[in-house]
Amino acid sequence: MRFEYAPAPESRSVVTLRDSYGLFIGGQFVSGSSVFKTISPATEEVLAEVTQAGPEDVDRAVAAARHAYERTWSVMGGRERGKYLFRIARLIQERSRELAVLETLDNGKPIRESRDVDIPLAAAHFFYHAGWADKLSYAGFGPSPRPLGVAGQVIPWNFPLLMLAWKIAPALACGNTVVLKPAETTPLTALLFAEICQQAELPPGVVNIVTGDGATGHALVAHPGIDKVAFTGSTEVGKEIARICAVSGQRVTLELGGKAANIVFDDAPLDQAVEGIINGIFFNQGHVCCAGSRLLVQESVADELLTALKRRMERLRLGDPLDKNTDVGAVNSQAQLERIEAFAATGAEEGAERWSARCPLPDRGFWFPPTVFTGVSQAHRIAQEEIFGPVLSVLTFRTPDEAIVKANNTPYGLSAGVWSEKGSLILSMASRLRAGVVWANTFNRFDPASPFGGYKESGFGREGGRHGLEAYLDIHGTSVLGGSDV
Amino acid sequence: MAAVCVYPDMVEVAAPLLAGTGIKVASVATAFPSGRAALDVKLADVKSAVAAGADEVDMVIDRGAFLSGRYGAVYDEIVAVRAACSGAHLKVILETGELGTLDNVRRASWLAMLAGADFIKTSTGKVAPAATLPVTLVMLEAVRDWRVATGGTAGEATAGEGTAGEGTAGGQMVGVKPAGGIRTTKDAIRFIVTVHETAGDDWLSARYFRIGASSLLNDLLMQRDRMATGRYSGADYVTVD
Repeated sequence: MRFEYAPAPESRSVVTLRDSYGLFIGGQFVSGSSVFKTISPATEEVLAEVTQAGPEDVDRAVAAARHAYERTWSVMGGRERGKYLFRIARLIQERSRELAVLETLDNGKPIRESRDVDIPLAAAHFFYHAGWADKLSYAGFGPSPRPLGVAGQVIPWNFPLLMLAWKIAPALACGNTVVLKPAETTPLTALLFAEICQQAELPPGVVNIVTGDGATGHALVAHPGIDKVAFTGSTEVGKEIARICAVSGQRVTLELGGKAANIVFDDAPLDQAVEGIINGIFFNQGHVCCAGSRLLVQESVADELLTALKRRMERLRLGDPLDKNTDVGAVNSQAQLERIEAFAATGAEEGAERWSARCPLPDRGFWFPPTVFTGVSQAHRIAQEEIFGPVLSVLTFRTPDEAIVKANNTPYGLSAGVWSEKGSLILSMASRLRAGVVWANTFNRFDPASPFGGYKESGFGREGGRHGLEAYLDIHGTSVLGGSDV
Repeated sequence: MAAVCVYPDMVEVAAPLLAGTGIKVASVATAFPSGRAALDVKLADVKSAVAAGADEVDMVIDRGAFLSGRYGAVYDEIVAVRAACSGAHLKVILETGELGTLDNVRRASWLAMLAGADFIKTSTGKVAPAATLPVTLVMLEAVRDWRVATGGTAGEATAGEGTAGEGTAGGQMVGVKPAGGIRTTKDAIRFIVTVHETAGDDWLSARYFRIGASSLLNDLLMQRDRMATGRYSGADYVTVD
């Protein structure tokens, strides 16, 4: 029997795209001086025109945020702030299908992921932080921690709405107002989120959204009216932001790149590990800062594991991201595709052996097949540098010590995975891995209650959990008891 | 329909009726469904079924021995039944609902295949839970890995445009039969997709994959009716037997 799947596309009709989007400043959409287009990476179809915010637009947005901070948000009681956050969380849930389809259109990720991961987690972050808003006095940062002021936040294109939620939810819960810049290639769900803020009757100016490219991001980060900078993105840009903030004295947290080791021991449940490896590197086309892009497998099971991995990869379905059966969607942009292709070429030139799943690639759009490199050594660029695509580098080890040395031998330190049936081995590995998150017998699992962040060039500061609140609170100020905060 | 499964005393009734239809007569044996009888009673049970014309024998493993760690006893019993089958196909029922963990399902699957099972089957149908999807997945992984362990290739040579038929990838192929609890067409599709995704299309034939189901047929008929007419008929428009 030959088994074929029929197409199962999610309908686009739930999304109403406008021809053109302005900037969201002071609770209103306002026009700017110039526009750029955002496309669907799966089809190269133009979805909408979006405004490029210039320095004067950023000025206006920061001023609106400052006004809202001083007049409304910082003096509002925590319980009231929490109500707004709960309302936003519920609206994200109510409009989840619309957000999921729009995210998939603009980003290229499979609807299965936007529907089941991105949007539910975004709502979960608002729910979680809504709960903190009136309990900050009990968070362990002193009896009355204060907000910082206006936060300037710059987010990447890999999880557009989810990264927005990671940034905005804690900032607002702690009493800050924000100016957020979504990535140039994926601005649409942030703009739909602006509508949700209107729908929730969030006081004007508490959330401001300015779209644009790196120049807009630079204007925002370098703006003297910003008290706190939060950035998720590449290490290269992160270093530049750190330089700017070092001069200005702004508070800053950075969540940057990664080159995570996914370590499989010989006693691991191999089928389960294969699923975890697949999830680790092909989830979201590998556009994940904490992706398990280096597979470290114990030599005694390497052949068996690689056979099973390749067999599983042949089963991955690449194609229309709106199809509910699709496992691997489109690469987010032409530029990113070129970067991935260049790395793949380098891998082959440096002597590693390339193997790609035999899946047909669509004619239009930006696509890269799920790919594995074997025979990789630590010296190879594909073992050192972040590719940010569906490319896995496979290395082997013989002892736990060797695995630790290889896993930690990277400028990054964001995440790692350990696969073993032996709990003591997992715990000893976790304590020796220099990574902000260590997953045991799973990978790419996120929860708003769990702090996320890196070591070394993966950045500093934590997002999520109690730890994440610290980034948006002034915990060194004078404690004033008996204030109006409820 | 691949086979009609009856108790041993009914084999002599079923066999003449099914002669020439291509439908096999399967008989449960070995003191089905409990499996609680002395070995020579179980073997006599098997021999009488085969003598009466059963093409296939469904035995149930000794869960008491398995759960107390006497794997050798379980293995020896399957080998003895295998010998008593004298040519009839042997399906080994693991009764996964009583095994407790997926690790045990995997271990029991491997024991059955080592001892010569033609088929591994989830359940007698008398114990709940019966054929769950996770249990079936583990058993499909086991038969897939058995094929590789007995000299086959990884099995997915057939992915994409390949034309490899059964056996061309080498190795021994053992069948899988989830039985009990699969009541709707949608359930059945989930299982068939799991076969396709896990063991591969080589398993998608009556020789290597079967669903043990009594009430599934009526839902299939109702779904066919809906595809033809565009609407659901009532449950009373298909017979209950």
